[in-house]
Amino acid sequence: MAETTILLAQAESSAAPADAVQNGVVVQDSAATPAPAGEVHATTEAEEALVFPPFDATTFASQLLWFALAFGVLYVLMSRVALPQIGSIIDKRKARIDGDLKEAERLRGETDKAIAAYEAALAEARKNAHGIAEETRTSIKADLEGKRKGVEDDLSKKVAEAEARILKNKDEALGRVSEIAEETAAALVTQLTGEANAKDVAAAVAEVVKG
Amino acid sequence: MSEKPIEPIHQFRITEIFNIGTFGGDGTAGSGVNIAFTNSALFMVLTVGLIGAFLILSSNRRAIIPNRMQLMAEMSYEFIANMVRNTAGTEGMKFFPMVFSLFMFILVANLFGMFPYFFTVTSHLIVTVAMAMIVFLTVVIYGFMKNGLKFFKLFVPSGIPVPVLLIVVPIEIISFLSRPISHSLRLFGNILAGHIVLKVFGGMVVALLGAGAWGVVAVLPLGMAVALTGLEFLVAALQAFVFAVLTCVYLHDAIHPGH
Repeated sequence: MAETTILLAQAESSAAPADAVQNGVVVQDSAATPAPAGEVHATTEAEEALVFPPFDATTFASQLLWFALAFGVLYVLMSRVALPQIGSIIDKRKARIDGDLKEAERLRGETDKAIAAYEAALAEARKNAHGIAEETRTSIKADLEGKRKGVEDDLSKKVAEAEARILKNKDEALGRVSEIAEETAAALVTQLTGEANAKDVAAAVAEVVKG
Repeated sequence: MSEKPIEPIHQFRITEIFNIGTFGGDGTAGSGVNIAFTNSALFMVLTVGLIGAFLILSSNRRAIIPNRMQLMAEMSYEFIANMVRNTAGTEGMKFFPMVFSLFMFILVANLFGMFPYFFTVTSHLIVTVAMAMIVFLTVVIYGFMKNGLKFFKLFVPSGIPVPVLLIVVPIEIISFLSRPISHSLRLFGNILAGHIVLKVFGGMVVALLGAGAWGVVAVLPLGMAVALTGLEFLVAALQAFVFAVLTCVYLHDAIHPGH
C-alpha cells in the first residue's frame, strides 16, 4: 500500500494542470487517433502511473456499460434459464423422495398388517392343532380303554371259566377218590382175605373218608 | 524484469482491446464519453459466460441422481437460496435471482483474478459501486413500493423515547445512506489490497533474486506470497459471500422495515 500512495502522490503532483491528466489517459489518446494496440501501449507506457487505474474516471463509462450489459445478460440467464432449471430438478427430486417415503410408509403398513394376519393365522393354527391333538389323544385313550376293557373282560371270563372247570375237575376227581379207595381197599382185602364184600368195603371206605 | 521496478498497480490498468467511439463532447481531446471494449469488459464477459455455461450445461441432464457438476450447481443454488430464505425471509425469494447473480458474478470474477496476468473485474471501484447501487436502489424502490411511507419506519426504531429518537433517527439515516459506500468499498478494498500485497511480495522475490548472494533470502517473501495466495482464495470466496449476505440483510429491511 505504501507504494501505491507514493504513486498516487506522484500522479497528483505531476498532474496539476487538467490538460496533462487528460493527455495522459489511455482512452483519450486512442480515441483521438485510432492507432494499433501496440502503439497505444507504447505511448501510454510512460504515463500509465499518473492515474491510479481504479480512480481513472475516463474508464468509468466503458466499465459501467459493459458491466450493465454483462450483468443484465447474467441476470436474465440466471432468472430465466439456469435457476428455474436447477430449481425444477431439486423440486422434482424432493417430490420423488417424498413420494418414495410415502410409498415406503404405505408398504410398511401393509407389511405390518400382513405380519399381524400371519401371527393371527399362526395362533389359530396352533390352537387348532392343539385341539386336534387333544381330541386324537382322548379318542385314542378311549379306544385303548375300550379295548383293554374288552381284553380284560375276556380274560376274566376265561379265568372264571377255567376256574369253574378246575373246580369241576376237582370235584370230579374228589368224587372218584372213594371209588378208587374202595377198589384199592377191595383189592387189598381180596389179597389179604381172598374175598371181599363190596358193600362192606364201600361202607368202610366211606367211614374213613368221612372221619 | 529486474531492470524495471515492479509496479503493484500495473495489474489494475485498463487496456483497450478495441475502441467503439466517443459519444458527445465537442470533438476536442478529453471531451465526450469514450466507449471501448477493454480487458475489464473481456473478463466481465468471460465471467458471465463461465457462470452461464457451467450452471446451464451442468444441470442440462436434469438427472434425479446428479453427477459432480450438477451437484456443484445445485449446491450453489441451495446455498444462496437458504441464505436468502434465512436472512431476507421467504418473501425475499423474489430477489433470489439477483442475489444469486451478484454472488456468482463476484465469486467468479474474484477467482478469475487469482490467475496470473488475468484482470480482476472487482478490483475497480466503479464496478463494485455499480453492484452496491443495484442493491441500494432495489432496496429503496421496493421498500417504498411495498410499504409506502411506512418504509421510513426503518429509521425509527420502536419503543424508544422521543428525546433519544432525536439522536437515533439521524444516526439511522446516515447509516442507511452509507450502506452502498461500505458495501462497495469493502469488496473493492479487499480485492485491491490483496492483489497489491501479492504483487509486492512477488516483486520482492524478484528483486532479491537479482541481488546476488542475498538471493537466498528470497525464500521468505516467496513463502509469504504462497501463504497469501491461499488467503486470497479465501478472501475471494468470503467477499462474495459477505456481499451476498449484506444484500440479503438490506433486502430484509426493504421487506420488513419495522425493527
